[in-house]
Amino acid sequence: MKVEAKILLILGLFFGIVAAVYWRWSVENAGGVMLVAAMLLGFLPGSYYWWWSRRMRTRPEDDPTATPAQSAGVVGAFPGTSIWPFTMGMGAFFVVLALVFGIWLLVPGIALVTWALLGGIAEGRRGGRV
Amino acid sequence: MDSPALSPQGAPTRSRRWRRLRRAAVLPVAALALSGCTVPSFGAHPADTTTGQSSYHLWQGFSIGAAIVGTLVVLLLAWAILRYRRRSADAIPAQVQYHIPLEITYTVIPILIVIGLFAATLVVENKVVANPKTDVTINVNAFQWGWKFSYPGSSAVVVGQTTQDPTMVMPVGTDVHINLTSTDVVHGFYVRAFNFSRYALPGVVNQFTLHAVNTGTFFGQCTQLCGLYHSLMFFNVKVVTMSQYRTWLNSFSGSSAATAASAANTAQSQQTSSITPSKPTASHGAN
Amino acid sequence: MTDVLEHPVAVGDHGHHEDHGPRGVLKWLTTTDHKVIGLSYTVTAVIMLVIGGLFAEIIRAQLASPNGTLVSLAQYNELFTMHGSVMIYLFAGPFAFGALANIVVPIQIGAPDMAFPRLNALSYWLYLTGSITMLSGFFTAGGAANFGWVGYAPLSNSINTPGAGADLWIGGLLLTGFSAIFTGVNLVATIFYLRAPGMTMFRMPIFTWNLLVTALLILLAFPVLTAGLVMLYADRHFGTHIFSVAGGGVPVLWQHIFWFWGHPEVYILALPFFGMVTEIIAVFSRKPVFGYKGMVFATLTIAALSLGVWAHHMFTTGVVLLPFFSIMSLLIAVPTGIKIFNWIGTMWRGEIWFSTAMLMAIGFLVTFLIGGLTGIYLASPPLDFFTHDTYFVVAHFHSVVMALVLAGMAGLYYWGPKITGYLLNETIGKIQFWFLFVGTQVFTFPIYLLGLRGMPRRMAVYPHDPQWKFLNDVATVGAILIGVSTILFVVNIIVSWKKYPAGDNPWDGHTLEWFTTSPPPHHNFYRLPPIRSERPTWDYNHPEHTALGHGEHAKDEAR
Repeated sequence: MKVEAKILLILGLFFGIVAAVYWRWSVENAGGVMLVAAMLLGFLPGSYYWWWSRRMRTRPEDDPTATPAQSAGVVGAFPGTSIWPFTMGMGAFFVVLALVFGIWLLVPGIALVTWALLGGIAEGRRGGRV
Repeated sequence: MDSPALSPQGAPTRSRRWRRLRRAAVLPVAALALSGCTVPSFGAHPADTTTGQSSYHLWQGFSIGAAIVGTLVVLLLAWAILRYRRRSADAIPAQVQYHIPLEITYTVIPILIVIGLFAATLVVENKVVANPKTDVTINVNAFQWGWKFSYPGSSAVVVGQTTQDPTMVMPVGTDVHINLTSTDVVHGFYVRAFNFSRYALPGVVNQFTLHAVNTGTFFGQCTQLCGLYHSLMFFNVKVVTMSQYRTWLNSFSGSSAATAASAANTAQSQQTSSITPSKPTASHGAN
Repeated sequence: MTDVLEHPVAVGDHGHHEDHGPRGVLKWLTTTDHKVIGLSYTVTAVIMLVIGGLFAEIIRAQLASPNGTLVSLAQYNELFTMHGSVMIYLFAGPFAFGALANIVVPIQIGAPDMAFPRLNALSYWLYLTGSITMLSGFFTAGGAANFGWVGYAPLSNSINTPGAGADLWIGGLLLTGFSAIFTGVNLVATIFYLRAPGMTMFRMPIFTWNLLVTALLILLAFPVLTAGLVMLYADRHFGTHIFSVAGGGVPVLWQHIFWFWGHPEVYILALPFFGMVTEIIAVFSRKPVFGYKGMVFATLTIAALSLGVWAHHMFTTGVVLLPFFSIMSLLIAVPTGIKIFNWIGTMWRGEIWFSTAMLMAIGFLVTFLIGGLTGIYLASPPLDFFTHDTYFVVAHFHSVVMALVLAGMAGLYYWGPKITGYLLNETIGKIQFWFLFVGTQVFTFPIYLLGLRGMPRRMAVYPHDPQWKFLNDVATVGAILIGVSTILFVVNIIVSWKKYPAGDNPWDGHTLEWFTTSPPPHHNFYRLPPIRSERPTWDYNHPEHTALGHGEHAKDEAR
């Protein structure tokens, strides 16, 4: 976990330096704002990982001498098939078409997205069809 | 550089390898030197303005660097391809993964090259974006789909659209200050003989200086996509002698050459510093 | 080497790896298997490549005459806009981080699937509907978007570009943009949390490393584009004036926002292909990646620098900080150079097998070298001033993206057998390579010259310069050769359909995907080898040939 944290923190630090130099030197603000946002995207997850990495045992994937047996057990839940991503995709499609062809398309769009959201959550609780 | 098959006789001596390397590096330079003082153009053209000529020389410098680096890489690649073709389906070479000094070398040398290129860039760039004081000012306005050239202090105005290309008249041998604006969308002011282009941005007065060294008529056109007739947004730049320019300017009734010049001077008061790129003078610039 | 053990499988899948889900269309609609989604991405992206390629051929045909009348000025604007949009947004990106990444990354790190399988499926559906949305502009009354793939304001506002085509372009980009963001989240989570035991960060294959960095770049860059698109849409329909002077807005702001996404996007496209080439060169030279750690740091450096160079696309606006963007852009040449030398170093003293995949990878190297060197010119503002918006720039980035197409083809020839279980015909593949490689050079070289002679991009006609016809015709020949190579690829798929069984490890591969079966089982692995380097499969198959550190080779010889 430490390596992951370091990568993000170093990226954040680099963007911070670039943002400072750019803001000081340039005559426009948009770039500076975007660079500060980039810096935060390095620091926020990076510092969380760092904080967490000091409070956890070394994971098998971070242990250079780990054997495959060490991570035996359940890795996570991986639903095998699900119709809800497709339903939500179609909903998003209608929402975007509403931007172009008329506000009424929002009705099927939002309906599909909501349905997919509820269906997906229910499926997640049941464990999904694998 | 040497085949692994040779290694049982002892690794090739360091000096031999170096000599071969040095010869490979010296060759392209020598070839350039032999071709005489005329450095090849590498496809670009020597321009008809002073700044364009500086850019052209920078182009030549970059091209020589690119040719050397490119040749070196292609030679290395060609050697690897020709020499290290597999001999059998199950031969396994030595599993070398790191050579720290070599890796440091090809990190440091590119950094040095980049610093060199940047230094050369800075020198030329400062020349190209400089806005020295001058008597001659031309306001260029781009619109969909044509150009308007007006001369402060004079009633001279040239307008042309897609059906008829307008001509911008400017004097040779002197700095000509251009104020470039756009009334609608982004256009590109590009004169290929000057090796120069600049956007015409709505809401921004873009200022730059042209210093023509040759008379003649040069072709220009819009380079930034600006809508339906973008392909037909042409203009000409006619570079004439100073006296011809004054005569031409005077042919528009109303103002004398003297008032034209003094008015041009007042227009200069908004000039920006020469190191930084010209900044927008309009209130809603890039901020 | 006896501790090859059963790999843990996901919950609900104990004891059997067969996929008992639905078949046919329903399988395609409901799958959350990263391999099936990856295959859907691959097929869709290749179809987009063909569509974008057809636009390119029409563009070349129009330019065959100085006063070409094949298409109207308006149609020409639509064609090059959609050519660029399809190739960048709908082909190159999704192919890079959606198609091969989806298939390969989880297997390379020994994971059973992506971290969020349903989000992964949603990414694909957003990509597909986004593509349909953008292309459907051609069927509206006003035609498709016609303001160039960069959509510069204020040309893209509702006064200059009314009509549904532009809105469909924005809508399509919103959908594909979210698709990319979700894929980015998924890749980061997968690589951070689902690696196999022993697969430390610095034992990940370079392809996976590059995809991690790509995913981080996606997360940094794409939200900016999405925000910009929302602003553009608001300007068009809600009466805001963010990009229009009339209401106090700033047109250049769009360029800042667009290129703040647009330049990292170049590396979002390129890094996955760099990764593919790295893997392929190492496998077919039968050597470890030379300078593995240097390669990782070069990738990270490229990514970091790429966020500070956006305005080198805006040098000629006159309102950006030239020296800052110049030095940042030039510096990118350093890590890129390291990569090129590392690739050659990997081949050095290897035993190179010139399969189609390897030929494509070498073709990539040469083409990318040309594109990279010409890119250095464009990092210098004075040189950019006279090549900006000319065909020189067009030639530069076509050298780069055609190099990526070569790399992508290498990836398909290399990993295709893993996902389908069958090899492609090598003879047709090699013929395809020569058409593609020669076609690329024949296409780009004349347009470099045209650019230097002053031909601007996006011109439907060039009535003042009929002398440019010859060079344009040469470029057209190149474009036709590239088209033939694409046809040959389709022919190859048909000819070798289920003909040449691949076996699990046809190339003597290095990484985990060559340890499992072809195609891999539902959750990828029946068993895993111990992971002690970035080449677990190689170490397992050739235990006596592990990689040597610095100086170890010399010591061996001295002994």
